[in-house]
Amino acid sequence: MTPTLSITPRRTLAKLSAACLTYAMLAASAAIVLTPFAYLLASSLKTGEDFFGSLFLPAGEGVFGVAWGRITSANYTRLISEFDFTNNIVNSVFLASTTSILATLGAAMGGYALAMIRFPGRRFVTNLVLFALIIPAALMLAPSYQLLYFLGLLDTYTGLILPAAAPAFGVFLFRQAFLSSLPPQLLEAGRIDGCGELRLFVSIGLPLVRPMIGAFVLITYLGTWNNFIWPQIVLQSPEKLPLSVAIAQLRGVYSQDYGLLMAGTVISIAPVLVLFLLLQREFIAGLTAGAVKG
Amino acid sequence: MNHHAAQSRAAYLFLTPFLALFVVFLIYPLVQSLWLAFQQTHGPSITRYVGLDNFKSIAVDRLFWKAFWNTAVFALASVCIQLPIALGLAMLLNRPDVRGRAFFRLIFFSPALVGLVFVAVLFGLIFEKRTGLLNVTLHAVAGFDPEFPWLQQYVMPALIIAALWLYAGFNMVFFLAALQNVSRDLLEAATVDGAGPLRRFLHVTLPAIRPVGSFLVLLSLIGSFQLFELPYILLGGGGPDNQGLTVVMYLYQAGFDAGDLGYASAIGWTIAILLGGFAVAQRYVSALDER
Repeated sequence: MTPTLSITPRRTLAKLSAACLTYAMLAASAAIVLTPFAYLLASSLKTGEDFFGSLFLPAGEGVFGVAWGRITSANYTRLISEFDFTNNIVNSVFLASTTSILATLGAAMGGYALAMIRFPGRRFVTNLVLFALIIPAALMLAPSYQLLYFLGLLDTYTGLILPAAAPAFGVFLFRQAFLSSLPPQLLEAGRIDGCGELRLFVSIGLPLVRPMIGAFVLITYLGTWNNFIWPQIVLQSPEKLPLSVAIAQLRGVYSQDYGLLMAGTVISIAPVLVLFLLLQREFIAGLTAGAVKG
Repeated sequence: MNHHAAQSRAAYLFLTPFLALFVVFLIYPLVQSLWLAFQQTHGPSITRYVGLDNFKSIAVDRLFWKAFWNTAVFALASVCIQLPIALGLAMLLNRPDVRGRAFFRLIFFSPALVGLVFVAVLFGLIFEKRTGLLNVTLHAVAGFDPEFPWLQQYVMPALIIAALWLYAGFNMVFFLAALQNVSRDLLEAATVDGAGPLRRFLHVTLPAIRPVGSFLVLLSLIGSFQLFELPYILLGGGGPDNQGLTVVMYLYQAGFDAGDLGYASAIGWTIAILLGGFAVAQRYVSALDER
């Protein structure tokens, strides 16, 4: 009676139908998850009377029962020509790139120091970082706004980027990454060979935490790209707004022009989806590393 | 001894960019928010000391408590609906006979990449009466009322559905990673000892994924109490009868629409204290740190 080894025809059949059921459920869930994306894309390609005439693409005589001739890029061209969306795209790319590079650099350096070097005050700084992880973000809104006002940084990118370039969460992640993947003996060996501290960090430390670098750049890029509340509070000039705030304002004014809104949303989410597709393995590994293994 | 000093100096240099920004943009505002909580302000520069008045007002502020209640309901739904679904999906994907696991994982995770603002704009169309994706589909499949007024009357269910689409796959990724760490030997030993699927789940799998489970509960609670963009954009504010008003939205309105940063700070502290979040999160963070 060893259940794992007995392969009778009945068992295989049961196994087969279980597999079919599993796949059916997975496929159904995947369909539910993907449908809103398809709906979004289809809606962005319709205007006027076609919009509510059919749920997805306009119905007609063409292949798959779709009137292919009636789909249109009019919403996209309107966004670019009428609403200067190119400018918002550039703003979003700039903000997300700058923030993610600076934040990753600061976090990697800080995490390295806390993990690999013994120095007076290390315990205190580590506790400070851990403490910062539990500060509710909403608590910071009012005093940070006041601070930026007094520093004259309202309506500037500096006022958005600098506060985001000191991520306690990132320092914590990199500290964990260095602790788990960089053996201290390696650094000692380097020191005996006369390697300076900066070179140790750059040529021994950083290459060993490359997955975390990739993951954290992506996490920060995504977070900045999708952030709404901070640019909404800090920025005022229309020409400085990133996509998130621009879309929100567009919806405020053109709440019924769904084709236009959906085209704007497609433009806003397509770049990050593509970026993620390219880097997803590192991203998910980095995301779950701290929670599952530590 | 000399190279110890050199190492310390290097450590401080490495920490300087982070610490400088951290002190200016986090520690200082945090202290300032405590001071602000006892002021009434008019814009960022005009302040007046009001003692405990802000907290007294909050205690009897019916709109604040409505916002708190709404947020709590949303948080509860996130934990009780989203997490079990996420775990179910993860267990489906973790079955040994499943191929294309990475592919499905990618699909399920993809909504989590979409910012809340964009989700809100998209779901504004999905929740449209008569013409939106949800009502049309539900009507075709189940004969559901095609005029069902999601955004006009059933605000909270609408928010929960949108959040479910957004976060179920995100949570699933964590559960899946945890499930893949469950010892196969232990599961096999349990099978040999005659334990059925349910008992294997309850006595082997569940204890093994508990740390990740409690981490996700905490993450969902924290995330829920930050809910802002989704209802703010979807409803253009609190929505009908403020059914979609959340605590952060209320804080935002007090601080930036009404211009009272003092009251907003007091709301922030009230939320922090009410949740006892500090204590709970601290425990999890130190637990994370120990492992």
